[in-house]
Amino acid sequence: MTRVEHATKSSRIGVMLVAAALVVFVLAPYWGDRQTLRLLAEIFTFVALASLWNLLAGYAGLVSVGQQAFVGLGGYLLFALAMLLDVHPIAAIFIAGPIGALVAIPVAALIFRLRGAYFAIGTWVVAEVFRLLASQVSVLGGGSGISLPAAVVIAMAPSRQLREFETYWLALGLTVLVLAAIVILLRSRHGLALTALRDNEAAAQSCGIDVARIKFLVYVLTAFGTAMIGALIFLQKLRISPDTAFSVNDWTAFVIFITVIGGIGRIEGPIIGTIIFFIMRQALADLGSLYLLMMGAVAIVVMLWAPKGLWGLIAERFGWQALPLQRRLVPTPNISKKERKP
Amino acid sequence: MTEWLNVILQGVLIGGLYAMFAAGLSLIFGVMRLVNIAHGDLIVLAAYVALMVTTTLGIDPLTSLLLVTPTMAIVGYALQRGLLNRTLGDDLLPPLLVTFGLSIIIQNGLLELFTADSRKLQAGAIEIQTFQALEGVWVGLLPLIQFLVAVAVIAALQVLFYRTALGRAFRATSDDQPVAQLMGLNTRHVFAMAMALSLAIVAIAAVFLAVRANFDPAIGPARLIFGFEAVIIGGLGSMWGTLAGGVILGVSQAVGAQIDPGWQLLAGHIAFLVILAVRPQGLFPKVSG
Repeated sequence: MTRVEHATKSSRIGVMLVAAALVVFVLAPYWGDRQTLRLLAEIFTFVALASLWNLLAGYAGLVSVGQQAFVGLGGYLLFALAMLLDVHPIAAIFIAGPIGALVAIPVAALIFRLRGAYFAIGTWVVAEVFRLLASQVSVLGGGSGISLPAAVVIAMAPSRQLREFETYWLALGLTVLVLAAIVILLRSRHGLALTALRDNEAAAQSCGIDVARIKFLVYVLTAFGTAMIGALIFLQKLRISPDTAFSVNDWTAFVIFITVIGGIGRIEGPIIGTIIFFIMRQALADLGSLYLLMMGAVAIVVMLWAPKGLWGLIAERFGWQALPLQRRLVPTPNISKKERKP
Repeated sequence: MTEWLNVILQGVLIGGLYAMFAAGLSLIFGVMRLVNIAHGDLIVLAAYVALMVTTTLGIDPLTSLLLVTPTMAIVGYALQRGLLNRTLGDDLLPPLLVTFGLSIIIQNGLLELFTADSRKLQAGAIEIQTFQALEGVWVGLLPLIQFLVAVAVIAALQVLFYRTALGRAFRATSDDQPVAQLMGLNTRHVFAMAMALSLAIVAIAAVFLAVRANFDPAIGPARLIFGFEAVIIGGLGSMWGTLAGGVILGVSQAVGAQIDPGWQLLAGHIAFLVILAVRPQGLFPKVSG
């Protein structure tokens, strides 16, 4: 008899490191200043966005350049729910997720008619439509945008410091939630199908995997997560406008570069990529648009000469995995003994 | 009534410009299954090249095409040989991400060089000349030239595809790359020629765009989207379909803008989405996939 084993020596170390990092991050309000907390919260949201895009493009092969549609939708849902319906902002984040998924269903039905690279541009058109529609909604500021009213912000927490702690923990919590959901999905039956799909779509289909259905499922789930993170991002910013909410640079270009540089199609990739991205940003922030130009160049170089990204190189060289996702068959002699007993 | 006739005519004429955006995109997709996300930014790049040529040499924009078109063709050939040929293969991701990276590089490079200020090419008196086509219906001379050039470009592409040795090479490579290679075609060169041709069309489109309206480094992606929508509305693989797609997009935008200025772009996108919903293969499809 055999059973499936997920963990390896490296993943046991990895899980311990993740657990240790989590403790450090949860306690960040006690050791970090305001600047550090803001930076960390921003890093977390990018880890979450990049991980979601990685699931979509790296595993399901759905290369979208229009995920800003759902980031912006989530942001606008937060503002609409909090301002027009008096929903508590934190509750609004959790409502934005399911609404994002609901909106994704008809969108997917339409743009799944486009294949491959044309699908990518189709997602972009959808994001543009959302942006133009948002600028028509005058109660939410129209084209020039709007700030979250002070009353809503004050109602969140009694002091500014507490509110900042609250949004920090929220960012950490949501990111952990998104990552955990992706790990659970990948360890499930569907995850095996997704991994097969990532490695070879035709072969996966010939093994009986319903490719169209699983792609649809991943698209809708990604929209769920992305809309939630979008709502969170604009709770941090406290101000929204169509151009910032549906920005292709901020929510798609950066996210794609992060994932490609870190390693597409691996769960560790977006995390490594985000760390590199923020180190580069802190180091090169003075360069302005030259910095973006360099990011683009680095992404092209990585795509051409190391298409599996930095973590791909490491994983192939040393056989490491940071989280227990691999499937290995391990012989289990004691089960066969049990079977003999009765 | 004549008011609407004017609006629709304007839309038709601008559709010619969109068809030129689309023709370059459609050409390289047809030959090598590459969707160039940087297409719109290359249009803007060509507009800046035209701006430099017209200001340094003091020639008018239409004459500058004699220089800008070959320049962009050379850029296209070099880009394909040096970079994009490396990305082609079974995997969809490399060409998409590399052209996406290229788009960001061009945008920010232009921003560094030329700042975010809006620019425009000055064509002189021709810009404002109009004539009366029907009672109350006025046609601008420049939009009309632009539309006729678009028709000529597409007719020329059609002839090139079906009547010349290069066109035969394009079609052969498009149909079956390994077999084309066995027949002695250098597919790397054929791909580079296709990209050179695509960017030559981009140069023509860019000059008309830059004479018509203001441009700045950030307007590329929207041009890519217009071109893409025209391709899909017209149907993949059909050059004349591309023209029809451009015209439909142009008319939708003009009608939308007439109803409410905020609806100009939205109306174009909605026309595209409606076509996608009811006739996903486009109006005049020729190839599938």
